[in-house]
Amino acid sequence: MEGYVLSNCVVAVLLAAGAFVLRRAYQSRLWREAGAAVAQRRPASLGVVLIFVVVALLDAVSWVGPAPEGDTFGVQKPRTLIDRAFPVDWNERSYSAPLARAEFYGGQALAHPRRHLLGTDIIGRDVLHLTLKGARVALLVGGLTTLIVIPLALLFGVSAGFRGGRWDDLVFFLISTLAAMPSLLLLIALIAVLGRGPVQVCVALGVTGWVGLSRLARGETLKLRELDYVRAARALGVSEARILFRHILPNLMHLVIITAVLLFSGLVLSEAVLSWLGIGIDGSWGQMPSSPGSASGSMAPGGR
Amino acid sequence: MLAYVIRRVLYGGGVVLGVLLFLGVLLFLFLLFFWAVEPEDMALRAIGEKAPPEAIAQWIENHGYDRPLAWNPDDQKDTLLYEHFRSMLTFDFGRSDIDDVEIARRLREGVGPSLSLTVPLLLLGVFFGISLSLFVAYFRDTYIDTVGVTLCVFGMSVSIVIYIIGGQYLIGKLLRWFPISGFDPSPEVMLRFLALPITVALAAGVGESVRFYRTVFLEETNREYVRTARAKGCGDGRVMTRHVLRNSLIPILTQVVMAIPFLFTGSLLLESFFGIPGLGSITVEAIHDNDFSTLRVMVFIGSLAFIVGQILTDLSYALVDPRVRLE
Repeated sequence: MEGYVLSNCVVAVLLAAGAFVLRRAYQSRLWREAGAAVAQRRPASLGVVLIFVVVALLDAVSWVGPAPEGDTFGVQKPRTLIDRAFPVDWNERSYSAPLARAEFYGGQALAHPRRHLLGTDIIGRDVLHLTLKGARVALLVGGLTTLIVIPLALLFGVSAGFRGGRWDDLVFFLISTLAAMPSLLLLIALIAVLGRGPVQVCVALGVTGWVGLSRLARGETLKLRELDYVRAARALGVSEARILFRHILPNLMHLVIITAVLLFSGLVLSEAVLSWLGIGIDGSWGQMPSSPGSASGSMAPGGR
Repeated sequence: MLAYVIRRVLYGGGVVLGVLLFLGVLLFLFLLFFWAVEPEDMALRAIGEKAPPEAIAQWIENHGYDRPLAWNPDDQKDTLLYEHFRSMLTFDFGRSDIDDVEIARRLREGVGPSLSLTVPLLLLGVFFGISLSLFVAYFRDTYIDTVGVTLCVFGMSVSIVIYIIGGQYLIGKLLRWFPISGFDPSPEVMLRFLALPITVALAAGVGESVRFYRTVFLEETNREYVRTARAKGCGDGRVMTRHVLRNSLIPILTQVVMAIPFLFTGSLLLESFFGIPGLGSITVEAIHDNDFSTLRVMVFIGSLAFIVGQILTDLSYALVDPRVRLE
């Protein structure tokens, strides 16, 4: 199966799951009120709508359409709605300022004068187009890595706090060892070993990222384990697994939610640093300032 | 004082934990660089994807990756595990995977430029951080405070990448005050090259440290002894410098001492971006060349410095707080 068909299927599944969750959430009063509270915060809801709905939807589904006019490459590549919004011959030869009529260096006339809203980069790609495309990579980095980090952190943190003893010592040692290595160096080493690529970058970010949450979860579990209602449950003969899932995990959710939110934005910035060093994900926002000779003409180490 | 330090080092749990962590890091590096990656893979990346099998076998043998991983019934010393621990613990790092240069020599060459960038950066950073935050804390609850904190939060929110590009464009390209990147070992030329990276890094870091120090200072300002000092007639300036600053030193010292190990590895981004041939640049080059042995040494050195820094932090508390010594 073609790669783009597969990714379309994934998008369809995600959409269906999202719609289902939204419908269920709307049926419960608690979530309806929470939704209303979010909607009242205009900048926040605007951001969510912009990123998730507009960019992710418009940029998620791609298909091979009839050859557009001016397609001189002759190669049929699957393109998303956003790609279709920008003509195929949209690229210029070189850097230009926003809405300029001529190239910045040399002053040759542009093919699309005054049409590039944010200008073009040094090899003539439209900056607005790159910016919109980058949102998908940012969502991937943040989302996939968070999906790696949270189960990993909870698995080790909660089990260590709950079981205690040797296992706790071992997990705590593992956490301390990972924390004793400077995170940027560790990231670099992991990516060097795992290889380059979006999934590898997310795994490396996940391995360095789970430590903090795991430590928090362990501490909180230690505290919860001794609380009266947990003891009462134990005295009533509730099984260990049920105590864990009914009494402890739900009380850790505030930590998980806060960490996930902070982690998400932090990860996008970490990816920018990796792109800067030339080991990031293709097409990310981080790659734009470090791409060959961006506006400042500076010499990014990754831009070779 | 000296007796305290010795007692602390010998009996304190910090050092034992430090040694354990150190061994843990070594073991992790072994798993990462020897167990998780195949020697054939390393050879392919080092000499090219299309290398003939004989060349790959030759490369693996030359670099000693053909030894058994952890268990060799004939000679227990002839394994990768033993060799890894031996080379790291004796600081005999061997040669680079790519160009056969001795890694130790490269480290010696890189330390100088790294330190010449980061030592002034740390000192200036602490100086500006403390003086600016004392200033802001002195004018607490006035519009100066509000403006200062707003500026700090703004400064913190911008990625360092933007500072570097902006600094190079503004100071290097438009104003032409300092060269955009490069390095020279002779002192007066070096200053010209270092001015821009140091300015950029100070601007990028000052917001976060001022905000942190300000919180620490404000916490101390509300204490009883400050009120007592005011009541007996101390001036505002004296209260800030003699009473508040002195008692805020513990959290500040923690931050500063934790930053010292990073002096050694240098600032990876700054060095690679401003063309300073320090340890950070060596690391970045090692990534691009897939130089696994150099990378392994760099992560090891970074972790070592980090652990030593933590022990130092522990000790330095006694320096500023007499109460800690008595315990």
